[in-house]
Amino acid sequence: MDTQKPFTQAPSIQALSENTLIILFEQKIDSDVFHQVKDCMEIIQPQFSRYIIDIIPAYCSIHILFNVSKISNQQFCRLLKGSLYSLTKRDTQKPSSKKSNKSGKLIEVPVYYGPEVALDIASIAQAAKLSINEVISLHCDTVYDVYAIGFAPGFAYLGNVDKRIAHPRKPSPRAKVVAGSVGIADTQTAIYPSDSPGGWQIIGRTPISVIDYQQEHLTQFTVGDQVKFISINRAEYLKMGGVFTQESLDKEDDNAAR
Amino acid sequence: MSLEVLKPGFLTLLQDFGRYEYGRFGITQGGPLDEHAFLWANRILNNHYNAAQLEISFGGFSARFHKTTTIALCGADLSATLNGTPISVWSTYSVVAGDEIKFTAPKSGLRCYLSIEGGFEVEKVLNSSSTVPREGVGGLQKDGSPIAKGDKLPYSTNDIEPNNVLHSVTTGVVKKGVPQAFIPNYPKAIELRFVKNPFLTSIEQLNKFVQQSYRVSQKIDRMGYCLSGVPLHLGGGIISQGISLGTIQVPSDGQPIVLMKDRQTMGGYPQMGCVAYLDIPLLVQSMPGTEVNFVVAELNELEEELIKYKQFFNLPV
Repeated sequence: MDTQKPFTQAPSIQALSENTLIILFEQKIDSDVFHQVKDCMEIIQPQFSRYIIDIIPAYCSIHILFNVSKISNQQFCRLLKGSLYSLTKRDTQKPSSKKSNKSGKLIEVPVYYGPEVALDIASIAQAAKLSINEVISLHCDTVYDVYAIGFAPGFAYLGNVDKRIAHPRKPSPRAKVVAGSVGIADTQTAIYPSDSPGGWQIIGRTPISVIDYQQEHLTQFTVGDQVKFISINRAEYLKMGGVFTQESLDKEDDNAAR
Repeated sequence: MSLEVLKPGFLTLLQDFGRYEYGRFGITQGGPLDEHAFLWANRILNNHYNAAQLEISFGGFSARFHKTTTIALCGADLSATLNGTPISVWSTYSVVAGDEIKFTAPKSGLRCYLSIEGGFEVEKVLNSSSTVPREGVGGLQKDGSPIAKGDKLPYSTNDIEPNNVLHSVTTGVVKKGVPQAFIPNYPKAIELRFVKNPFLTSIEQLNKFVQQSYRVSQKIDRMGYCLSGVPLHLGGGIISQGISLGTIQVPSDGQPIVLMKDRQTMGGYPQMGCVAYLDIPLLVQSMPGTEVNFVVAELNELEEELIKYKQFFNLPV
């Protein structure tokens, strides 16, 4: 029998304001629920593109800003219900398409996990009673889903992190986390697209730029894509354009002094 | 030819209508906090609805024109003068090279829109020239910087006097104004209509929300306006989801925040509901201390109003 739970619990579609509505799925951060969100996106995006101005999928919801001059909220909710009903039928009749990644792509992200940039990896290793190398391989072994993009431009929430290296946010955020930093917060991991304050536990840094304001698409990540981290060494990091900021060099000096 | 900034003021930002298709990338909407004033400032100049303007918050701004053109002021009364002579909001004025415009302090309202014939001509980022300092996007420098001293905001202007406005030989003559019926007076107490969040379960908290009067707090910015009152208890967070303009979110301290144009695209605080789209400008212009009362509204009525508004201003979105 199907391992994926189909839409046994029909998503709830409700108006939030004159020109916005939300589709709520079972409210939990869970791969199966998220794949329902993805399936739903695949159906409604092409079907209703003439009404949709912006659409924000996230974990277990889809928020839609639509053109109220073209369709009323009530009408749109009704159309969406109809379209998702057929999705429910389709999914129960057809064997699971679980974790197939029809629309999403797999993005490989090189990460340098060295001490100059992995500010918190030692404390995660210590808490998990693992070696630093084990933390790195656990982080690299998982293929992550892009669950949501938000908080800041291009900031992609990736899940789920192996429970052994899941770690809460820092008690107080750092004033500045350098662009490219890769962090862990509970069971999620993410790359900081630009310098910003942040409370995630930093375990490495990618030399690649994940955001480009000159590009129409801004970032290569889309909700529903998958991401895999590839461990690279210091030489590779530098060769790929990676840099060390003053604070990471200070940290390196600290390490050298110890 | 340009408008040269002499003093940037507290916060002056270049804004067009905003970014509407980038929420999915985590990019905030941006655009004018007071859309009503912004749209009128473009309309009375016969500008495109999306023409870029200056959003001048609280005053302190002054600038010099380097070419003859027509401008409009809409929104807050920030004690504006043209070459030292007071000028009114909700009106257009002709200006010539060398004229100086100055905004000192708010008399009523907080944000004034200065539009110029044809709009300021600035290269767009992600389809918009709206400035979002927090995200480092848009504006004259394209990097989210607010307007600074010495900035030169380019505008082009027809040498032919436009014939849709009265000809004037002197500077600073009112040419055209917004009809009185559309000019708000920014009262000391405002009423905001809102639609309940469909997932709200506590009738008790809803009653508590509509039965009390709030005050606009000191914490007001382009992301959100925090209100103060008797704390509500809407419970813990929800799983982060996309957030609508005007959402009334209630964090654990129980004080509601109404989310504005520069809100984060996703949020996880419980929601009481959403302020009527057309009532948001009222709150935007309210000084700290203004009394705020909320009344429940029917979605259908608000929807009809919004459709009329969009038709009136020829808004495609």
